[in-house]
Amino acid sequence: MKNLWLFLVRYNAFFWFVLFFTVAIILVVQNNRYQRSSFINSSNVVVGSFYDKLNSWKSYLALDETNKNLAQENALLRQQLQGYILKDTLDSIQLVDSIEANRYHFIMGEVVNNSIHQKSNFVTINKGSQDGIQKGLGVITSNGVVGIVLNVSPHFSTIQSLLHPDTRISVTLDTSNVFGSLVWGNNVDPRFAMVKDIPNHVKVQKGQKVYTSGFSLFPKGIEIGSVEETGIQSGESFLDVRIKLRTNFSNINHVYVVKDLLEDEKNKLEEQTADNNG
Amino acid sequence: MGRVIIYNIIRFIALIAMQVVLFKNIGYYNLATPFPYILFIFLLPISTPNFILYVIAFLTGLTVDAFYDSLGVHAAACVALVWFRTFFCNITLDVDAQNSFETPSLGIMGNKWFFSYISIGTLIHHLVLLHVEYFSFTNYLSTLFSILLSSIFTILLIMLMSLLFYKRKSRLLGN
Repeated sequence: MKNLWLFLVRYNAFFWFVLFFTVAIILVVQNNRYQRSSFINSSNVVVGSFYDKLNSWKSYLALDETNKNLAQENALLRQQLQGYILKDTLDSIQLVDSIEANRYHFIMGEVVNNSIHQKSNFVTINKGSQDGIQKGLGVITSNGVVGIVLNVSPHFSTIQSLLHPDTRISVTLDTSNVFGSLVWGNNVDPRFAMVKDIPNHVKVQKGQKVYTSGFSLFPKGIEIGSVEETGIQSGESFLDVRIKLRTNFSNINHVYVVKDLLEDEKNKLEEQTADNNG
Repeated sequence: MGRVIIYNIIRFIALIAMQVVLFKNIGYYNLATPFPYILFIFLLPISTPNFILYVIAFLTGLTVDAFYDSLGVHAAACVALVWFRTFFCNITLDVDAQNSFETPSLGIMGNKWFFSYISIGTLIHHLVLLHVEYFSFTNYLSTLFSILLSSIFTILLIMLMSLLFYKRKSRLLGN
């Protein structure tokens, strides 16, 4: 006991230092908003870069699949391009809207974390606010939609995936041009989703393709999937349709974040209209 | 002894006032910001008990924090500075000097001792201060650069003030 006391007295400067310094740091973390948030967030940087590292290894394993997808996409693009080249200009004159052509801007991102087995699923990608990503942008892959950007940090962003109860995407059926909203619904299967609120009188066939409507976030005409089961009655005058998703959520590597350059303009105009009506 | 305490109180008020009125607005972009108020902690009498030193430094830090809206940051840095101070005095001064109630000023301690005392102390204070303030290791090089520039700025100001109030007295150290 005496030795302990002597020890404490001998090094009292150090013990006082530890005591006072701890008090000061507690004050800092409790009272300053920046330090508090970064105290919690610094772990996120660690976690984020860990996933990034892990993914850089994992991506080699999926290289085969990725290559195949890219080749397929290339082929599709080439086919489309061919269609433009071979268009007979004598037959009809096509007016190209130069604004429309540049309307969407795509930012490529790599998936660093992904979940499909939760009730609410999220995807994390390695692009953030420094690369121009903002909250609320749409995210697609080469063969379908992924979701909507929920949060951004400088280097990462989290995406509320389509497999989330709050995600709603406006879609259209290929022939009839009717609109519905795409939700994951009560599913537990990441391969399927529901299209809700299709008017009752529309005939929906199995195997019919479903596309994005272009009303919000996503460019028009991205194929989402095909109808798997029809005729699920949801209310008096609406039908629900079960669809098979084209996006393979268990295996997404590269995504494109879609930036609608005319989004602000459109919103402003719609707001104005709403104001006039109200 | 009473006179020394009054001197210290005056020095405290003058330095804090200068810090929050004048030096808060001086800086080289965000890279170099001077904090010469720490001279007050440097110049506390040598034989002040450790506990009193820590309490005074903590309160000084809190006072500056109140003006900078950064509760705890300066307090932490000042506490670190006091730890350095006790350590430095322990290894450089003999027992007689450690028990004298003198102010460790330039005139009393001599150039060499005073300069190393100020410069290492300032460096440690700024090191802790800016690390706690930035609170992250992103952009670490710019943090270090900022620490270095701020320290040079502060050391220059402190040396200038010390020279301004220079009074050669009987030396505690041999040189």
